[in-house]
Parts: sequence; structure tokens; C-alpha cells
Amino acid sequence: MGTPAKETVPEELRRAAGEERVGRPGPADVVDGGAPRWVARADGTDSAAAILRVAAEHGMTVVPRGSGSKLDTGGPAAEVDLLLDLSAADEVLEHAAGDLVVRAQAGARLRDVQRVVARAGQQLSVSDPRPTATLGGVIATGTSGPCRQLYGGVRDLLLGLTVVRADGTVARSGGKVVKNVAGYDLGKLFTGSYGTLGVVTEAIFRLHPLAGERRWVAVRVPDPESAAEAARLFRVCQAAPSGVELDRPAGGEGITVCAELEGRVGATAHRAEELARSFERTLGTAAEVLTRAPEWWDELPHESGGTLLRLASAPADLGELVELIGRVEREHGVSLALRGAAGLGVLYGAVPAGVAPESVARLVEGVRAETGRLAGYTTVVHTPPRVKELVDVWGPVAAGVGELMRRTKERFDPEHRLAPGRFVGGL
Amino acid sequence: MESGALTPPARQEPRGDLDGCTARLRELLGRESVITDRQRVRTYECDGLASHRTVPAVVVLPENAEQVRAVVATCSAHGVPFVARGSGTGLSAGALPRSDGVLVVTSRMRRILELDVANERAVVEPGVVNLDVTRAAQPYGYYFAPDPSSQQVCSVGGNVAENSGGAHCLKHGFTVNHVLAVSVVTPDGQEVELGGHAREAPGYDLLGAFVGSEGTLGVVTSITVRLLRVPESVRTLLAGFPTTDDAGAAVSAIIAAGITPAAVEMMDALSISAAEQAVRCDYPEGAGAVLIVELDGPHAEVEHTFTEVSEHCVAHGAFEIRTAADERERALIWKGRKSAFAAVGRISRDYIVQDGVIPRTALPEVLRRIAELSASSGVRVANVFHAGDGNLHPLVLFDGSDPGETERAEEVSGAILDLCVEHGGSITGEHGVGADKVRYMGRMFTPEDLDTMQSLRCAFDPEGLCNPGKVFPTPRLCGETPGRRRGVHPLTEAGLAEQF
Repeated sequence: MGTPAKETVPEELRRAAGEERVGRPGPADVVDGGAPRWVARADGTDSAAAILRVAAEHGMTVVPRGSGSKLDTGGPAAEVDLLLDLSAADEVLEHAAGDLVVRAQAGARLRDVQRVVARAGQQLSVSDPRPTATLGGVIATGTSGPCRQLYGGVRDLLLGLTVVRADGTVARSGGKVVKNVAGYDLGKLFTGSYGTLGVVTEAIFRLHPLAGERRWVAVRVPDPESAAEAARLFRVCQAAPSGVELDRPAGGEGITVCAELEGRVGATAHRAEELARSFERTLGTAAEVLTRAPEWWDELPHESGGTLLRLASAPADLGELVELIGRVEREHGVSLALRGAAGLGVLYGAVPAGVAPESVARLVEGVRAETGRLAGYTTVVHTPPRVKELVDVWGPVAAGVGELMRRTKERFDPEHRLAPGRFVGGL
Repeated sequence: MESGALTPPARQEPRGDLDGCTARLRELLGRESVITDRQRVRTYECDGLASHRTVPAVVVLPENAEQVRAVVATCSAHGVPFVARGSGTGLSAGALPRSDGVLVVTSRMRRILELDVANERAVVEPGVVNLDVTRAAQPYGYYFAPDPSSQQVCSVGGNVAENSGGAHCLKHGFTVNHVLAVSVVTPDGQEVELGGHAREAPGYDLLGAFVGSEGTLGVVTSITVRLLRVPESVRTLLAGFPTTDDAGAAVSAIIAAGITPAAVEMMDALSISAAEQAVRCDYPEGAGAVLIVELDGPHAEVEHTFTEVSEHCVAHGAFEIRTAADERERALIWKGRKSAFAAVGRISRDYIVQDGVIPRTALPEVLRRIAELSASSGVRVANVFHAGDGNLHPLVLFDGSDPGETERAEEVSGAILDLCVEHGGSITGEHGVGADKVRYMGRMFTPEDLDTMQSLRCAFDPEGLCNPGKVFPTPRLCGETPGRRRGVHPLTEAGLAEQF
């Protein structure tokens, strides 16, 4: 994109970020198989702003990065001039336990934040199976785990946000209180925007009490239809599960549907037993109460070098969703490992490594057409770079909405320098 | 009589071709749906915040989404500003009309279009009354969670605009957490669907940004709301405490114990006595504060925690605790709280309902400071609030016929908001900014923050026709749009706006 004056840029970046914080990319800095020209590390909002001002002056394209655990997600990266590394901005700045609020820098790892707030018996009700996932990363990608059935996604828990805009301007929205309707809620806009509107440098989240007790109620069913019925019963039951997940190993015969219950010590175990019994009465299938999560719980059905898809339908269409995935698998001779939020109708499907890129691309197109007929969608979470050349990882959006997204991008990043080409519709 | 900022009636320099617009609207909607008669349009001059009044030039009453689209497209084509209004119960003058514009009233759009129990959702028109969604869903064991105190009359469209909360949003969240999709007419007259059938679809979360944007990004024509299961068990208790500090300490203990009640409400002595006079709610005698705590959820969990809650109240000085044995007793407990705003009208000729938020732990400190403000100014303040989430509704009492009192009340009211901001809180927890609080936005946000928010506004409404003058203290001009407007912008010329 930009044609930065190569001689002075590193010097100016060093002045903005600090001597030790600017360099050439290492192996961990590769974005979709391509190396950025420079890497600059920011340790907070101010240095991120200073770096972005230099980038703006030189028309450089910028991709922000936390730990890099989801750097392979998104459309094929165009040539990246600057990787803005926020992993050093990793402080938990404030844990107001009495207010159930935490404020942290974007590079703070989710697991570190959980450790800090757990000391006061609290949790951030967001999960990401990637062990190094940062707050900035889960915000940028809108990633959360099974507990979003009860607590909502990242966007529902994010109270306040500090971002640096493409030109280096710092802007805040929201605040430190749960109830707040002053101004637009830019936290929602930035959640899942993949770094294309600005760089998140700080976030404030609401917390929940850590459950005193957890139980899992699992049933094994033979086919998509009964899996959908099991998911429905979990979803609408009065036990109010915090997660309703499904697991179907690749080429496997049965499907496991499992609900997580959490709450007060004593009360939760009782609830789980009741739920299992009522399940057996209604469904005629044995339901098992587990004191530990199944080993697949909150893990991606991922295989290194493979392709990970997200497949979604309305919650009540879950049976059709799993059914159509089966049809596509048979048609393409590939079997997927399926796992995900059965209660929400959003699943992950893993295509094994070793399937030819052309075949992966055809499979994506095939399953996308089918989910489209269900008013659902198929996106590619990650895949080898070659596949990204063959198929749009995001898929189509309705024309009117696409136009609004384009106009939004124009207003926030008119020169298209932030993570260009990585988002929906080539934004 | 409720009152707020005494603002002179806003007189706007006319924008656009109003006559041409009106004529075209009559052709499109028929004469009976387009009102210009001075007496009739006057009834729409204010919303729930009656201290702001502007008589709209034209009122239209569309009956369906297509008519809304046609109205907005016509306004846009004629350069005429427009404002959407539901039931008009808002408390921030968010639906304050424009004297040079069109007021789009959705009260004829009251159909529940779909009740999709399998997917636990309902599709409704914007004029549908909040409580009617619950009424329709109840036979299936479901309800619509956002419960603003005006829920018997307020519209779901208005809830979307304001991101309405209510007493129970402590546990269940606000409107934004319960809206799955909206059909919207954008200010250029295009109808688009934000959100959709499947959850977590890729793309910017424009739905999340739209909810709570106070009608400045477009007009909703249908809303898909999430329905929640009616909880298995609900338990309500009322506890009387000697002081608000004691009651506040009990709330802290409850939260610290890892309990998330559905609602925690507090009233102080002055608001209790007002409620007592108005509805004889028979709250514990001599209480300096009462707490209402409600728990809901699975039976076993609720019973378990209810005992704990009572113990925390006793441990922090509650001298009387009543628990509701049935729905009638529950209603009795809530009666005093729900009547509090109106009741204050009996002890004061005028009052301002304030809506600030503080981190809950700052409650004792902020209440002390409010008491000091009240003592030093001689302005009485009654406190009613959602104690669980720190959302204060101080009621600032005054007599508008007394010279200077209105100004003193205004000052106290503004100083309370300063206290909220100073403690890291917000100038509005649920009523919105509207026209009323634009003057306070600068106390909470920098010009850069506001400018960034307005970038989104420019993406949706580059001409600034959609509910202008709300939310933002300084309108941002969005720059040239290709093929439109040349030369100096009229607002810049008039010194009414800065060009960014």
C-alpha cells in the first residue's frame, strides 16, 4: 500500500516507541505467510498513539497484534508495513472487586486477568481456548466460549473501551459502570471488527461471581434430530445452563450434547441431578451428571494445518444445520469434527489438514450455499493462505448492510490502512 | 408537576423544503396521516420531560414499514429533519420535535408480527408497548426482560432508541442484550436489517451500536427481541434500615458474597415518606432507608440464596424484614418503589428526576455529598435508586413559582452529575442524553471521544437530518458527500457548527 520513506521510518518509530521497541519481524510476526516490514511494540495507549501517528504520516498499513494467537484469522493480509505489537501492554490496571469491574490493557492475557479476579471470587465470563489469548484479541475477534449461552458474548460484557484511531487520536467510550447510556457504545462497534476501525489499547469489563460449584449433564444421541431436541431441552430448561455444547468427532457415530450448570455450593449438584432425571423421562436417553467438564469442553476441534469453519443457523434449526453438514461431507468425501454452541446454533467445524486447498474451497462454497438457505452463514476462522486465495473467508453480507459497513470503515479509516483486506467485504 | 431544565422553546432556522416535503407526504400517506393543524401537532410538543417543548411542523402517523421508509426518503430528498417518537415517555427529551421538521410517530405500528417460541424470540413493530410483548409471550412461559418503570405504556421502538433498562437489568441486562435484530430505515431512506436469524454473524456489530443511539442513526420498523423463560422461582424481600449507609453496607455484603439478585432497590427517608403519603405502602416505620431485594432463577438456587440475603440484611442493621408470600404481597412491596416518582409530586410542586450512575461502592460517599449539597443550598433531594448497579435517581425538589428556586434546583442537579463523573460514573444510566443532557456530555467525554462517536453518525446520517440536536453538544459536519452540497455549509456560515 503505502510507500514509506525507508530511511527515516525506523528512526521515527524508535522515537515514538522507544529504542528497543522497533525491529524487523521474527517468525512469530508473520501474518498469513507474509512478513511485515517493521514491528513496533507499544506498552500502552500513549506509545500506541505515537506509533500510529508516525504510521499515518507515512501512509503505512498497520496490523495490531496481541499474542498473535488469532493472527491467522481474517481475509488475506495485503502487504503489511507495520505490525503493532501490544503484548507488552499487558497490565491489569484496576480490579474494583466491590463493583465487579476490571480495567486492563489490551495485551493482558485473558488467563492472567482471570487469575487476578479469581482471588476475589470473581470471573470474567469470557473464554478462549487459546492459552495466550489477550483481551484485545478476544475483543477484536469477538471470541468467547460456552458460557456465552448465559452471560452473552464479549460485546455484552464490555463496559468501556480506549482505542487509538488510524491517525493516532485517542478516544474513549463507555465507562467503569455497568449502567451507562451516555453517548454511542463504540465497544459494540469495535467488538469483532478485527482491527479495521482502530487499535484497542484498554478495556473495562464487568465481572460475575465465580461459581461455587459446577456440574455437567451429558447425553449421547444417535442423530442430528435428537441432538437438536436435546439442545432444545437444555436451552429451555429451568436449570438455566451457562453453556449448551455439542461434540461430534470426525467420522464418529454419535453426538454428545452437554449442558453446564453453575451456582451455589449444594444447590447446583441437586439441580444437575434433577435435570438429568427429567431428561431421561422426556428423551428416554440416559443422561450422565459429570463433576468435571468433558475433555472437549471449551476446546476448538482444531487440527494444526487444517481449516476451521464457523457454521451457524437459528437455534431451532440446529438439526437441519448438522444434517446439511453431513450431506456436504458425504458429497465432498471429507469428514469434519464438529463442536460448539448448540444452544445458540453456532458451531465450529474442523477440516483435517492434508485436504487439498481446492477441495477445501469447494467444500466451503458448498456448505456456505446450504447454510445460506437456512438463513445462516459459514465463515472460515483459519485456513492455510492458499485457501484464502481461492475462497472468501467471510462470505456474503446483505447489500444494504455491506454498504453501511463500508461507510463506517470510510469514516474511521478513510485511507484503509488498518488491517486492510482482512474483514468482511474486503474492508 | 414534573419539571427539568427550563429551556426556552427551541426555534430552529428552517432547513430544507418543508412545504414540498409536506405535500409529498400527503400524497404518500393520505391527508389523515399527515397532521399540520397547530392545535393537533401541539400535543406532540414534548415527551416525558415536559420542560423541553418544541411544536413540530408536521406529524406523520405511518402504519407500516413501507410508509416509514417513504416518509424518511421524502424528508431526506427535501432536506427536512425528522424525529421518531414512540409513546413519548422518554425522560431526556430524546423525542423532542423540530419546529422545522417532521415527527414520525409510530403509535399506529403496534402489531406483534411473529412469536417464534422455538427460537425464543418475537418480532414486533416499533409502536408495540413493552409489556404487551410479555403478555403475548407469557402463555408460552416466556417474557421480555427489559422493564423500564413506564413499561405499561412505553414502546419497544423507544426502548431500542434509549437502550432502556429497568429495575431488573442488574441481572438480566438492558435492551441491547435482548435485541437480536432490527429493521431500520437509514436516513437516506434505505431499509436494512441489522442482526438476523443466526447469532454472531460476521461484520461490524451495527445492531449493537444502533441500540441506544437515541434515534440518531435511523428509524426502526421492526424489532426481533429475545424472550426469556419465566423464572421457576421469584422471591422478594423488603428490609428496613436505620440509615442509607446501613442499607448500602448490606448491598455490598450481598454482592461480595457472590449473589447476583434480579433487582436491588433503595429508597431514603424522604422518598419513603412521599410514597407513604401517596399510596400507603406501609413500609417499616421509622426506616431511614428501605431495600427491596428480588431473586429469581432455579428454585433450589433461589431458596438457598434468599436465606443468605436475609442474613446479610440482619447483620447490617435491618430492623424489620418482610418476605412476600405470594404475588399480591410482592406487588405490595413494589408498590411504594414504583410510585416513588409520582409520589414526590405530592410533597413538592416541581421536581427534577436525575439519572446519574456511580460505582456502587461509592454510594455512601456520594450520598453524603448529596446531603451536603442539599443542606448548603436549601434544596431538598429525595433519593430513589437501583442500588445494585449504582444508578441513582435523586429527585431534586423545588417550587418553580418561587423566584430563583428553579435555578438553584438546576444547580444542585448539575452538581450531582459532577459528583457522578468525579467518581468514575456516568451522567445517565437509563434515561439517555437526549436534548436535556447534551450540555453535560463534555464533562464525561473529550472532544476526540465525541468526534469518534460522531464518525459513526456520519456513516449513517451524513446530512445530519435524523434527530439532530440530540446526544452531541456540537454537531459534526461530515464533510462533502460526492455530488451533493457545494461551497460553505450553511451551518458553518451561520456559526452553528464546526467543520471537522
